[in-house]
Amino acid sequence: MTIAEALDVRTWRSSATLRTLKIGLFSTPLNSAITVATVALLAWIIPPLLRWGILDATWTGTSADCAAAPGACWAFVGAKFRFILFAFYPPALQWRPLLVMFILLALLVITAQPRFWRKRLLLAWLVVIAASWMLMSGTLTPPAVPSNQWGGLAVTLFVWSVCFGLATPLAILLALARRSRMGGLRTLAIVFIELMRGTPMVAILYVAMLILPMAIPNGQLIDKNVRAMIMITLFWSAYVAEVVRAGLQAIPPGQSEAATALGLGYWRTMQLVVLPQALRLVIPGMVNLAIGFLLATSLLAVIGIFDLLNAARSSATDPQWLGYYDEAYMFAALIYFVLCFGGSRYSLWLEKYLRRSERR
Amino acid sequence: MFGKIAQWWGGWALTQVAVIAAVIALFWLLGHNTAETMARIGITPGFDFLGRPANFEIGEAPIAFKAGDPYALAILAGLLNTLKAAALGCVLATILGVALGVASLSGNLLLAGLVRWYVEIVRNTPLLLQLFFWISLAKSFPSPRQALSAFDSFFLTNRGVFVPGLGFHNVSAPTLWLLGGLAIAYLAFLVWARRHGGLPARRLGLATVVLLGGAVLAFPLTGAGATWEIPVLAGFNIRGGYNLTPEFAALLTGLVVKFSAAIAEIVRAGIQSVDRGQWEASRALGLHNGQIMRLVVLPQALRVITPLTTSSYLDLTKDSSLAVAIGYPDLVSIINTTANTTGQSLEALTLLIAIYLAINLSVSAAMNLYNRRVALRGTARI
Repeated sequence: MTIAEALDVRTWRSSATLRTLKIGLFSTPLNSAITVATVALLAWIIPPLLRWGILDATWTGTSADCAAAPGACWAFVGAKFRFILFAFYPPALQWRPLLVMFILLALLVITAQPRFWRKRLLLAWLVVIAASWMLMSGTLTPPAVPSNQWGGLAVTLFVWSVCFGLATPLAILLALARRSRMGGLRTLAIVFIELMRGTPMVAILYVAMLILPMAIPNGQLIDKNVRAMIMITLFWSAYVAEVVRAGLQAIPPGQSEAATALGLGYWRTMQLVVLPQALRLVIPGMVNLAIGFLLATSLLAVIGIFDLLNAARSSATDPQWLGYYDEAYMFAALIYFVLCFGGSRYSLWLEKYLRRSERR
Repeated sequence: MFGKIAQWWGGWALTQVAVIAAVIALFWLLGHNTAETMARIGITPGFDFLGRPANFEIGEAPIAFKAGDPYALAILAGLLNTLKAAALGCVLATILGVALGVASLSGNLLLAGLVRWYVEIVRNTPLLLQLFFWISLAKSFPSPRQALSAFDSFFLTNRGVFVPGLGFHNVSAPTLWLLGGLAIAYLAFLVWARRHGGLPARRLGLATVVLLGGAVLAFPLTGAGATWEIPVLAGFNIRGGYNLTPEFAALLTGLVVKFSAAIAEIVRAGIQSVDRGQWEASRALGLHNGQIMRLVVLPQALRVITPLTTSSYLDLTKDSSLAVAIGYPDLVSIINTTANTTGQSLEALTLLIAIYLAINLSVSAAMNLYNRRVALRGTARI
């Protein structure tokens, strides 16, 4: 739809809207029956939910107030807000994860806009990843906080962006190896990618928990959080590699042949000719992958890391606020939903934008 | 021969050898370290532990298992639990997903909007969170005496979900032989019919009716019985029908809900991928809507749908491993217990990864076979 079409007054006239509604709801007897059945279903589901969530809910107060009311206890979310955001990070130092979250989200918003897609942005990500690691662990600004104490939404966003950021360069190498004419490297890449993609992420996290401490020299000294991040980076790189490979396959061979004819070597060809085009093609796919990865970070709860989901769950085990699981899960779900739904809308917009800029 | 290998190996021989050597060295280093650590804490590497008795109970197992049976049997029970959840999950998610996908294309604005919201909410929240929600819901149901019931045949209780099902009595070896013979005869007929020029829907239907009739007759002929059991409240518990434990019910619900949303999207995209012109042309030929769907649109849509559903099934199988977080004794949960009680975590996890790889590869091989058939038939006609 062009802007002129969208602004066309006729499409917004009420009679047209009414006609669309009439056709969409009551065009045939069957259609009318479906409408009635759907309305009945909604009438059965929505009122109790509305009563529980809004009308009978307790918005402020203590757990005693909540126990008195039959509805949801949103006061619990207010009381546990800090814990769900930061978990066991020392309260006096919680400005650090807050700052990290802020920087990561700000950079994410910048990255989302195609006009900022420059080489400098990649550099910015590297700097931000390193800086946020130092900020979280406090190497430059003592006291240091061991990563076992990191938690909440901060650790979810941190693990997600750091692992995705580190997995992408690895994935590009893997994709290039899988497409290369060198049989040995190709086989290595295929074995690695298929092995990772055939294994559930839970198994990979158990490897991080049980095998890495034995396999790495002095592995016991590495925090659980860091071990998990190493394995998650390797695991995700296999998925990213497959998406990048799809982009590489879409570039006509004439491009690299022409580059070779100009005297460019393999790396220069890839860096200057093939990869810029291939990566541009796979950006929507990468966004979808990133959304899936954000949801997948919740698996950290399985190995006892206090990510957003686990922090929300354990906030309902506080003796003062015992058993408000529904509210805790709803709040965590809302955060995940806002981030991921926003991401998927963005991905749709981006696809349209890229197609339009291609046509130009 | 040698030339072929050289061609496969390609250029940059030294670089490749160096990279491969580095990878081998890395794994040797890791392996060496692991062996050393294991020696230090007094564990002998190897798969001998599989024969040793496992001193833990399994909440629910499709095969008889008690504490003291070997670890191999425990792992088999876990594997069967995983397969049970994955297979049932795939079937139910497909049924619900196709229904939702068709509903979103029904042309009814309200229904389509409702499905849209269902899909968006389910898709944009983590599966683990949904599982936590379902298990806390399943545990909060009332005791069997005050069970919530639907149509007096489905009961929701804190001891699990009770559903009606077939109950079998006095099943003997001849019954099984007869049923097996019938199944083989049916499959042989299908293969024979395909070899000899196709299988019209009427003949397929007739053969299926004969198969089902034979199966029904096989029971009284061999003295076995099958009854449709409906659970009823008896004293403090509910008897009859099938009992799904809260953990299994929560896992199954979570998997079905999550993947029905994915499959609904796939079905919708697949049907929409068929050009409008196909509908118009079929209508011009005088076909009615059902025929257009069955003969023209679905065969083409399946080419888009099949590969995507395959990867959904594989994801579902892998995601059934989240059962470990809600206490359902699946493969991962049993392997984890095994690793913790024996200390043989390397061997146990190797086994886990090997089993999942085997499941994955066999499912994708089977679906690729089917996919090739769907795709080939399409291209042959064009």
